[in-house]
Amino acid sequence: MTSTDTRSAADPAAAGAPGSRPPTVVRRDRVVIRFAGDSGDGMQLTGDRFTSETASFGNDLSTLPNYPAEIRAPAGTLPGVSSFQVHFADFDILTPGDRPDVLVAMNPAALRANIGDLPKGGVVIVNTDEFTSRNLTKVGYAANPLEDDSLADFQVHAIPMATLTRGALESTGLPKKDAERAKNMFALGLLSWMYSRPQEGTERFLREKFAKRPELAEANVLAFRAGHAYGETTEAFAVVYEVAKAKLPEGTYRQITGNTALAYGIVAATHVTGLEVLLGTYPITPASDILHEVSRHKAFGVTTVQAEDEIAGVGAALGASFGGALGVTTTSGPGIALKAETIGLAVALELPLLVIDVQRGGPSTGLPTKTEQADLLQALHGRNGESPVPVIAPQTPGDCFDAVLDAVRMAVTYRTPVMLLSDGALANGSEPWQVPDVAALPTVDPAFATEPNAPDGSGAFWPYLRDPETLARPWAVPGTPGLEHRVGGLEKADGSGAISYDPANHERMVHLRAAKVAGIPVPDLEVDDPSGEAQLLVLGWGSTYGPIGAAARRVRAMGTPVATAHLRHLNPFPANLGEVLARYPAVLVPEMNLGQLASLLRSRHLVDVQSYTKVTGQPFKAEELQDVFLTHVPGAAS
Amino acid sequence: MTAIDLGMPALGGLDLVPQAESPQTAKDFTSDQEVRWCPGCGDYAVLAAVRSFMPTLGIKRENTVFVSGIGCSSRFPYYMDTYGMHSIHGRAPAIATGLAVARPDLSVWVVTGDGDSLSIGGNHLIHALRRNVNLKILLFNNRIYGLTKGQYSPTSETGKVTKSSPMGSVDHPFNPVSLALGAEATFVGRAIDSDRKGLTAVLQAAAEHRGTALVEIFQDCPIFNDGSFDVLRRPETAPQRLIRLTAGEPIRFGPAGEDGLGAYAVVREGFGLRVAEAAEVDPADVVVHDPADVHLAFALSRLSDQDLTHTVTGVFRDVRRTTYDDAVRAQVGEARAAADRTGGPDLQSVLRGRDTWTVGD
Repeated sequence: MTSTDTRSAADPAAAGAPGSRPPTVVRRDRVVIRFAGDSGDGMQLTGDRFTSETASFGNDLSTLPNYPAEIRAPAGTLPGVSSFQVHFADFDILTPGDRPDVLVAMNPAALRANIGDLPKGGVVIVNTDEFTSRNLTKVGYAANPLEDDSLADFQVHAIPMATLTRGALESTGLPKKDAERAKNMFALGLLSWMYSRPQEGTERFLREKFAKRPELAEANVLAFRAGHAYGETTEAFAVVYEVAKAKLPEGTYRQITGNTALAYGIVAATHVTGLEVLLGTYPITPASDILHEVSRHKAFGVTTVQAEDEIAGVGAALGASFGGALGVTTTSGPGIALKAETIGLAVALELPLLVIDVQRGGPSTGLPTKTEQADLLQALHGRNGESPVPVIAPQTPGDCFDAVLDAVRMAVTYRTPVMLLSDGALANGSEPWQVPDVAALPTVDPAFATEPNAPDGSGAFWPYLRDPETLARPWAVPGTPGLEHRVGGLEKADGSGAISYDPANHERMVHLRAAKVAGIPVPDLEVDDPSGEAQLLVLGWGSTYGPIGAAARRVRAMGTPVATAHLRHLNPFPANLGEVLARYPAVLVPEMNLGQLASLLRSRHLVDVQSYTKVTGQPFKAEELQDVFLTHVPGAAS
Repeated sequence: MTAIDLGMPALGGLDLVPQAESPQTAKDFTSDQEVRWCPGCGDYAVLAAVRSFMPTLGIKRENTVFVSGIGCSSRFPYYMDTYGMHSIHGRAPAIATGLAVARPDLSVWVVTGDGDSLSIGGNHLIHALRRNVNLKILLFNNRIYGLTKGQYSPTSETGKVTKSSPMGSVDHPFNPVSLALGAEATFVGRAIDSDRKGLTAVLQAAAEHRGTALVEIFQDCPIFNDGSFDVLRRPETAPQRLIRLTAGEPIRFGPAGEDGLGAYAVVREGFGLRVAEAAEVDPADVVVHDPADVHLAFALSRLSDQDLTHTVTGVFRDVRRTTYDDAVRAQVGEARAAADRTGGPDLQSVLRGRDTWTVGD
């Protein structure tokens, strides 16, 4: 993708101040900035604030936080580097960007860990105060890269940010160490100036965040302003950049992360179902933020139970569902492994339950803070016995909200546990989100059973007498007179729900449970094939939506047609999936695992799909996929 | 002491459960399922006691739920004509916690065994106890694995020869009462399956207690651990071994002595207790049972050893502490009240957040 640079001298009339010359204003259609520093340097906060400023300005954006699993890895080391990448543009973008145009490096480790991703000519802004011989040695620099020619390919701005911050805060009387800690706000101020970002939001944010420590609020605001002023008054920066507002569909927008969207979906579930919600969960990266957010919204009738373990979390949720609330549990892959038996119980009980898996790198503890899509087969098959559950995967951070509500409607209508597969990239990544109109959200009626239903007219209640259309069983909640009944993990007789060891009944019940889930209607798969001439279909699922779409744009811009489609429903699959697969001579499935969806498609549809996989803990890059697509187009020279 | 003053009246265990409109009988609580425990199983006696006892509570049958785990005793819910869930191994306290939090109008009973609650489900048991959820946990302790056909359990005596321990078990057993007290339980009781009167009295106190009540029930497995509690039943041995607790009464047991009370007495010794002949101690030194005294409760639990030399039954501990489910609901109520003061919770406003921008003005 090309970037348009429109250089224009700023208004000469404004250039009157002695000793300063006006910076050149450069117009860009998109920019990628990466803030990198030590995990204690506040890079996530800095990136988050820059993103908020950018969102409120009206650009389209996408972000990628990347931080270590350790809370504070040893200071100044490579494993301790934390970064936050933000991609913003004047058009609709799909990914957090492949390579940063600007790298902010707060220490040598951050420089060393990230400089390899910067294209030639990229801008590097470093905090020179941390470039001591000790810190350089710690990360294996034999010589100071700021003093030799190793950074000759880049535009380097060496700024003693800690010193300048300390100077700006001298009047506050804060101890030197405390004052220096505000240097991330200095960096933010400088970048805000360079990219003409609005500042009021950040100042308001800082005053609210440190409301109980006004001296720290003031210090951070001063540092932020000092960074801004530094850009304005020194002549080191010859250009400022403008990225115009993006032309998004009409509406009210906000910035949202996948985890926040999941949390809002859980809260909104009370509205669409009329049920109370109980979130039973156990803290685990990268899902814990969902619990944090949901626990702030109790007024909507949402209860959070932070249980003693993963099993108890889902157990409490299922117990609440038995009681007529909507049980929800949130976790990551290792937690799904622990919850598997209870999810199987929910399959047997046929009660609504929402299970959210924010996938991370595995197996075992794996890569807690990195993304992966390797729980697909666990979600589908990771239980004993024939234990079908619907599986839904959102494709963008904002889509997490809709995915929760889709899953909730399915769980309530079909009395079934539903698995939602998010991942680390969606969880912490953010994008502009068109705020939905609450009044327009489709609702679902829990339709509790209130009357005995035995077909023999005996006045008994048969808990496993199914709705002939949905195959769902009645949901009778304690407190309803005359419907007292027992459910459990033992096989139940079709209809009456009594314990049954009858071979033919078990066969029938296994097929009924499978047919119920298989019969859940899901929308047809939509194919994006603008030219109608594509020979290659690229089929993805979940968070790969962004990079697949961005890569397809690039490939099409190069004159090669390519079709894309994205699976939101992994179980059941859309009814037209087989027909879509058969329509294209070649099908490519990029996944952040070793080909789990590809193997499902091969076994279900006997289609020779090609698999492209990546398990680095990082999302696909558009540049990388572009090359992969080109080599898979039938007839292409590879 | 409670961390949060909820400003709520001191509720009993059943105060939020609706009352039945007409008297109910044991038959009303009997489901149409054929009971399938082994002949002679102690579970029959407990089932009969519970079926007779439940109607005396006067609460609506449809507001009663039995939740169990896995094991012989966990078939219990199928035999009660109430709402019920036969769940998975060890997890009943967790499931019941969610149910009790969601539904203050239910009387929730957990039925579990020594393997279910103390092996695979040990974690959920101790956390239910410390949280003090309004649940009644009936722990059927037969000191053996029955459903899996006769392996030693976490309450089996050291040295016990079972199918999985042909040379004798080397596991040291739990004392469930000591464990529960250590887990901050607010109510701990013990009864014997065949002692209908004693069992019913403990169940009654448990039902009235607001919070988690753990009732250990010694229960005989005639197939794999036959006669394991016979010394506590036989008239020639039981009186010297069984110590029945009554709040406010001196702890005396055994055949009647000169004063008409038991010939044996429990007296203090160091930080613990010992059994003495009542005639040989100053009556003032005989311990008076106080269910609010956790130190006494623990010391009493230690009088019971693996060989059942002395076995205490009755209510060890019964104290009031804010229940988890009440506290959780109070926070939800508080949040709702706060929202209502500003026009009620507003989902649209939450979704908008603080920083929005409009496209298409």
